[in-house]
Amino acid sequence: MSRPLGAAVSLAETPPAQSPPTPLTAQRVQPLRRPGRWIATAVVLVLVAQIAHSLATNPFYQWGRFRYWFLRPTVLDGLLVTLEVAALSAALGLLGGVLLALARQSGSPVLRAVGWTYTWLFRSVPLIVVLIFLYNFSALYKTVSLGIPFGPAFVTFDESRLATDMTVAVIGLSLNEAAYAAEVVRGGLLSVDQGQHEAAAALGLPKGYQFTRIVLPQALRSIVPNYVNQLIGLVKSTSLVFYVSLLDLFGSVQTMGSTYPGDIVPLLLVATVWYLILTSAVSVVQYYVERYFARGATRALPPTPLQKARAGLSGFRARLRKEAAV
Amino acid sequence: MTATATAQAAPAALEVHDVHKWYGTHRVLDGIDLTVRPGEVTVVIGPSGSGKSTLLRVVNHLEKPDIGHVSVGGELIGVRRVGGRLKELGERAILAQRGRIGFVFQNFNLFPHLTVLDNVAAAPVATGRLGRPEARELARELLTRVGLGDRTGAYPRTLSGGQQQRVAIARALALRPGIILFDEPTSALDPELVGEVLSVIKDLATSGTTLLIVTHEIGFAREVADRIVFIDGGRIAEQGPPAEVLDHPRHERTRDFLARVL
Repeated sequence: MSRPLGAAVSLAETPPAQSPPTPLTAQRVQPLRRPGRWIATAVVLVLVAQIAHSLATNPFYQWGRFRYWFLRPTVLDGLLVTLEVAALSAALGLLGGVLLALARQSGSPVLRAVGWTYTWLFRSVPLIVVLIFLYNFSALYKTVSLGIPFGPAFVTFDESRLATDMTVAVIGLSLNEAAYAAEVVRGGLLSVDQGQHEAAAALGLPKGYQFTRIVLPQALRSIVPNYVNQLIGLVKSTSLVFYVSLLDLFGSVQTMGSTYPGDIVPLLLVATVWYLILTSAVSVVQYYVERYFARGATRALPPTPLQKARAGLSGFRARLRKEAAV
Repeated sequence: MTATATAQAAPAALEVHDVHKWYGTHRVLDGIDLTVRPGEVTVVIGPSGSGKSTLLRVVNHLEKPDIGHVSVGGELIGVRRVGGRLKELGERAILAQRGRIGFVFQNFNLFPHLTVLDNVAAAPVATGRLGRPEARELARELLTRVGLGDRTGAYPRTLSGGQQQRVAIARALALRPGIILFDEPTSALDPELVGEVLSVIKDLATSGTTLLIVTHEIGFAREVADRIVFIDGGRIAEQGPPAEVLDHPRHERTRDFLARVL
């Protein structure tokens, strides 16, 4: 604090130097050289090249066998199961999450407590425990019935017929997913400015309209990135359904691996690449969904990758022209 | 002012009857009685924390009064009378009543994800008063009236504060309310943008709309108000025509307040 002040005082006291320096011409400032950055870049490039080289040439990976397995029907069947489980649990989990988030904001202390307890329970218990618990559920309860507690039942299900492996997997993942989705949705709803609720109420907009058209679209801006994060975790968690004897992508790879023990590494690579493709697809969708919900929040929409590439290219050309001119 | 003659016959545009409101143990409103005649422009002034904003929010039932009641156009707000008792109304009925009371916020509170046109057209459509084309036609008309007919496709964040507040006024007008409440409409604005908003409000005042305005713009209050209400400590300390309250305040607290803001 004191230094600039001192400098200002001394400037004011001493008159300008006798011979004023030649006035500066209008010019471009020379950018700072950054040798450290160049060295770090070079080191990283060497490391990346080494990894790529080893991936391509190490016979351990058996890329021939990878090609053999990649599109095998048994692997694709497993992939289909993974997709089905993930999609169903994502949808059911989100639905449950929205309901739980609303319960957490309810005026009823009972609803708030139930919402909190649910989230607490399912965030505390490992997913694998939930899944195996459900798998053994039919041993605990022979029938499930809908009706008045201790009173007459309206509908009765035979538990052993209801609980296919797929149902157990989807229910387990959804229960778990709903607990996390509830927090994501609740965070999103809380991020909407109180003034928006008030404005919607002051205009007398119907309650449903307030939620679906005013609050939710704004909440989704923060819900989408967090939920996609959650979704990617879910896609990977589906690999646990193998333990309730459902043959998903990981399950089929694992089974093939025990039949062909020599192929375990290429088989794991097959699973890895498929999981990479799935998460990438989710990320691409995320980008465009986020862009859609950014309307009005930023002054200009973020560019699509194609627009970005075009802008980058024309910027590069302009720089070349400028440097050629200098 | 012209409404004075007919005031005896028509029901009051707004009647606040002995309203008390506490936040916890803090008393914000301490027995407010206020009557606004149709077409009258009432400006509420007073120190911050005196309960001005709370009074407005009680009128459209954003806040419930703890004691007392409010009626607009002769209709009780937020409650209904059952024999000698007041019972709280259902949410749907309260929302319907709010449609008849315009409210303009200090911070505009426009919907950022909707265009200017949709901000104005949303309420008439959502409440089922107008079809979408008619609502958009009305919105265009109102936006032209507040001088923003050329910005209908813009998103609120791309507008200046003054423009946003004018959109908010058009949005409040779209429901054709019997009374419009303004909660410090220019307090969040840069000084050079205050004028454009005040001139829109002034147009409304001269066109015979009933207005209840909370503001710190004393000069503006003098210009548009039929009546000035000075609130202090949750009570109406003094009220009357601007010439009386602003130039010859009878109350000590009013004199102190005016000395500080003028």
